[in-house]
Amino acid sequence: MTQFQATPEPHKNPISGEQPEIETTKATLVEAINLALAHSMQHDENVVVLGEDVGTNGGVFRATVDLKSEFGLRRVMDTPLAETLIAGITIGMASQGLKPVCEIQFMGFIYSTVEHIVSHAARMRNRTRGRLTCPMVLRAPYGGGIHAPEHHSESTEAMFAHIPGLQVVVPSSPARAYGLLISAIQSPDPVIFLEPKRIYRSVKQNIVNNGEGLPLETCFTLKQGDDITLISWGAMIQETLEAATKLEEQNIHADVIDVASIKPLDMTTILASVERTGRCVIIHEAAKTCGVGAEISAQIAEKGLLSLLAPIARVAGYDTIMPYYRNEDYYMPSTQQIMEAALKTMAFQ
Amino acid sequence: MKIAADFTIPYYQYLSDEGKPLDSFPEQLCNTDLWVRFYKHMVLVRTFDQKVVALQRTGQMGTYPSSLGQEAIGSAVGFSMASDDVFVPYYRDQATQLLRGVPMEDIMRYWGGDERGSVFTGDAKEDFPTCVPIATQITHAAGIATAFKVRRQRRAVVTTCGDGATSRGDFSESLNLAGTWQLPMVVVVNNNQWAISVRREEQTAAETIAQKAISAGIEGIQVDGNDPIALLHVLNHALEKAHNAKGPTLIEAISYRLCDHTTADDATRYRSAEELSKGWEREPIKRLQNFLYGKKLWDEDQEKQLIASCKEQVQSAVEVYTSIESEPAEAMFDYLYADLPQALEEQRADVIHKASNMRRGA
Ligand SMILES: Cc1ncc(C[n+]2csc(CCOP(=O)(O)OP(=O)(O)O)c2C)c(N)n1
Ligand SMILES: [Mg+2]
Repeated sequence: MTQFQATPEPHKNPISGEQPEIETTKATLVEAINLALAHSMQHDENVVVLGEDVGTNGGVFRATVDLKSEFGLRRVMDTPLAETLIAGITIGMASQGLKPVCEIQFMGFIYSTVEHIVSHAARMRNRTRGRLTCPMVLRAPYGGGIHAPEHHSESTEAMFAHIPGLQVVVPSSPARAYGLLISAIQSPDPVIFLEPKRIYRSVKQNIVNNGEGLPLETCFTLKQGDDITLISWGAMIQETLEAATKLEEQNIHADVIDVASIKPLDMTTILASVERTGRCVIIHEAAKTCGVGAEISAQIAEKGLLSLLAPIARVAGYDTIMPYYRNEDYYMPSTQQIMEAALKTMAFQ
Repeated sequence: MKIAADFTIPYYQYLSDEGKPLDSFPEQLCNTDLWVRFYKHMVLVRTFDQKVVALQRTGQMGTYPSSLGQEAIGSAVGFSMASDDVFVPYYRDQATQLLRGVPMEDIMRYWGGDERGSVFTGDAKEDFPTCVPIATQITHAAGIATAFKVRRQRRAVVTTCGDGATSRGDFSESLNLAGTWQLPMVVVVNNNQWAISVRREEQTAAETIAQKAISAGIEGIQVDGNDPIALLHVLNHALEKAHNAKGPTLIEAISYRLCDHTTADDATRYRSAEELSKGWEREPIKRLQNFLYGKKLWDEDQEKQLIASCKEQVQSAVEVYTSIESEPAEAMFDYLYADLPQALEEQRADVIHKASNMRRGA
């Protein structure tokens, strides 16, 4: 295997994974989730949706709106308020060949599902040597920046990325949310699908509602440049792109990579970019220590050290409890911080 | 004051501790052939457990949980389930698994450290593997029962757990859902009085475990877990309900763990010899044997033959178990995902290399 082969091209627009403008619906990220769910349910009767308030209410963020009226009670299930149970029954359903998509209302309440995700979902194929499998998706809104109450703002994707047998996916635009969720639902193995709720409604984008999925094992290159590699995912892609635009004013051209698939990581794309630029900044909202950025930098150090012209930089959340909302902006990595890190990296001789 | 609601918990027993009928049997269970088969199966399970424990003592087996004294519960579950029902076990369910067609050598392989032990065949093709994280299996069972409902299938799920497991949220959450959604599901609690070293009385102040069903709005039944007739009766009732969309049932089967918790445990540290010998007075095999002797359905010759044939069966499974080669090292990668992610190819190649070095003693 060559380490630095070209980026495996995602479908449609080879650069961004976004779709050409034909027969499209304008949708926000959360609407794109809804479209992907509806399309999947329409075309595969094994797909069912369950969670707290997902039925009549259409989910507290409206991600499942109208699904119950369209597909009925049997396929859109309001569960009792019990997260452990939600994860557990999802595993049971998946073992029967259904493709359940469960919603955990906020990532802050995901922790009581962890036993089921780690000890069963991630292991079912392995522990039965393929006899039983777990084709499930667990969706959860995550991340800060919306002035939410305590427990509604954390980013703990690294916890799941540490678990063998899982896939962890984070979309950062409506089109990628659509395509990645379609693929997650059809994946034969469990996917933790984390939705950056700060950008649930921030942009509308054209979606071709044709059920075409995006690959789950690849990064997306959102912008190409030869001077520096900016690596991020989820809502922080907004600030990262903004920083890249500002850097252009200073004639610094950045490669912007949306990791999208936190696990498995597409290091091929990342290493190819760093090989070209020699400089990189990793940006994530989650706390810095043992964040996914640490894994990416370790792998760059292992396999791309000699192409580095400057130390790897990380711009991340502090290793603190996420402050309540009055002070959450102090916590959130900013465009300014990304700029500073990028300029420092560029200046390194 | 008026009574807002009023509940009772029935208790079933048909055979006295000495194996004397206390009552006339339900008609369905006046079946001499079934009694004898039940007896033979319990003896087979006991022979199997004894052998596996012996393998552990001689370094040929990992930690193993025997079902000594609780053979009737698992046997009754196995005899009453339909072949296309799904069984979701905990870890003391060898009696049921054998009746579901899981080969003895597979059970040995599971406890002997080989994942292939959970590649079930026979009726067990959709059954869940042995479950170690206490009570988690009950939610999976509820999920399978939900799948049957979604697909309008007339199938039932039976899941089992211990008395300790009933203290966990998974147990309560699952019963609650089973009631709310009227799931085709039967939960059987093997109340063997101990959760390792913690007594049943230290788990809950509830007078019975069966009454936990009441809070979930479902039927709760207590049964003598060492009485095959009573067990079959309540299981037939619960499964008939499940097959006919009449809702879930919780069955508390009262038994006693005559063995250590597992081969890694030493029960003399926490329970008295006196209590243990009392337990032996109520055990299920002697009880059914006495009954069969009394009915002249069994004699000493048959007993001898049975013991010889059980030993033979177990021995030939041991031979299969001990002759099977381990999986190659890279198997740890090969069932992780449907397709191995590119990101793992290097590690997979590494373990192949490492294994070959280890074989060469490098
Ligand atoms: C969640 C969890 N906690 C603790 C353990 C360790 N453990 C294994 S068996 C056991 C006791 C279970 O007792 P009970 O439910 O009564 O079943 P029994 O073994 O008596 O059949 C404990 C504490 C475990 N396996 N899973
Ligand atoms: Mg117990």
